Amino acid sequence: MRRELRRVAGSETVGPYTLLRLDRGGLDRGDPGQFFMLEAPGRVLPRPMSLCLEAAGELAFLIDPIGPGTQALCGLDRGDALHVLGPLGNGFELEVTRPLLVGGGIGIAPLPYLSKRLGGPPAILGFRSEWHAEAAALVPNAEVCIEPTYVTALLPEGRHDVLACGPEPMLSALRGLAPDAQLAWEAPMACGYGACYGCAVEIHGELRRLCVDGPVLGKAA
Amino acid sequence: MILNASGCLDALTAPDVARSLDAFVTKTITPEPREGNPPIRIAETESGMLNSIGLANPGRDLFLRQVLPRLRTLGVPLWVSVGGFSAHEYAETCAALTDVTIELNLSCPNVDEAPEGAAAIVAACREATGLPLYAKLSPAAWDIAEHARAVEAAGADGLSLVNTLRGLALDGSLRPTLGTGGGGYSGPALKPVALAAVYACARAVELPIVGMGGVRSGLDALELIAAGASAVSLGTILFSDPDGPVRIRAELAAESASRNLGHPLDAHRLAHSSLQMSVSGSGNRV
Repeated sequence: MRRELRRVAGSETVGPYTLLRLDRGGLDRGDPGQFFMLEAPGRVLPRPMSLCLEAAGELAFLIDPIGPGTQALCGLDRGDALHVLGPLGNGFELEVTRPLLVGGGIGIAPLPYLSKRLGGPPAILGFRSEWHAEAAALVPNAEVCIEPTYVTALLPEGRHDVLACGPEPMLSALRGLAPDAQLAWEAPMACGYGACYGCAVEIHGELRRLCVDGPVLGKAA
Repeated sequence: MILNASGCLDALTAPDVARSLDAFVTKTITPEPREGNPPIRIAETESGMLNSIGLANPGRDLFLRQVLPRLRTLGVPLWVSVGGFSAHEYAETCAALTDVTIELNLSCPNVDEAPEGAAAIVAACREATGLPLYAKLSPAAWDIAEHARAVEAAGADGLSLVNTLRGLALDGSLRPTLGTGGGGYSGPALKPVALAAVYACARAVELPIVGMGGVRSGLDALELIAAGASAVSLGTILFSDPDGPVRIRAELAAESASRNLGHPLDAHRLAHSSLQMSVSGSGNRV
């Protein structure tokens, strides 16, 4: 866990989302599914963002401007400085034989980096609209569906190692269809490193901190 | 002296942060294990944050058996925050502790309070232990100095000022954001409230005061010291800046030096003394 003041290297819109690129400095890139706490200008708390892409000394984050913190992050310009803490949490287990990536909406955020580390396995991505689906371009080898079609309708026959991130109903549905799936969950969190106990979720019948026990949870968790 | 506010750091998950403090304060320990409140547990507001954790903790027995021995290996002085639902429960936990400072959480806004008043709880704990006892008070009292005098008379060795204030946030559907409705309000907005409480209690009692509430910088810490605190705790700032203790300690030294103070504690109670006029006869004296 390391916190550094980093500079914005660039920012591009991708459909309704913003891909915020930061110079990496001395930060470790971490594993796919791990996350960083990004200082949100003018806000009291930083925001947790999973790493979307890393390349050429940069870390990139895909951000959906849904609230004041994410809007402040999407409004950053090249050269702006912000504190970044990470990498944090537990990422995806990469020792899999037949990986299948599944993502929904802004939940596709960790998949580009995951795809890169796994050598571009097949992916199934679901979005609310064609506009949101512009983000699918970030994930190679992806089959895309738009609501009212859901990703579960596109799951292929046969055994796959499902690695997924998306809205809770999608993850719950996937868990029913693929009990061994690795699922990246989300919860409001203040700190990202186990201090605030704010991100408690029920895991095996107990309330646990998603930031230190997740955000990627394995079998039937 | 820089501490963490209770419930704002897990020393076993972030041992380096704990070691950067002059003392580590545990999350509040209750006699029975508590899973805590249902999500959603935190919400950011314009000038602070709300939490509704609900004193999640492993319970006294597991804490004493498994957690406390591990905390002792950190090599940092320990403060144990003690909670309960009756004076007897507080006292029982105090009696079971050794080699720590005790902070009595008399003011958690997220759980039902013990029926006894703060002074009765302090008195019961005083009988149960010879360890240093700090009483953590709520800033919501109309006259916090009166509470300070009462816990001093009951045998408290110090005060922790302040706990969070009860607050409420509504989401886009105009329903409470937090799972329990309201929660404890902390962060920058709490600083003036903390300053006022420390200032009032420093006038009312002789007890040492640990000041906390919205501290983000060395200057914030110095202000609390000037109001009457002899130590300062960090809460919400730790969530965004785990390097906060190191940074704020350095800023505190710099702020002190820039005011020709040899040590931050040379500012202790400075807010209670009137400014010396540099030119005699100036000002609107009548």
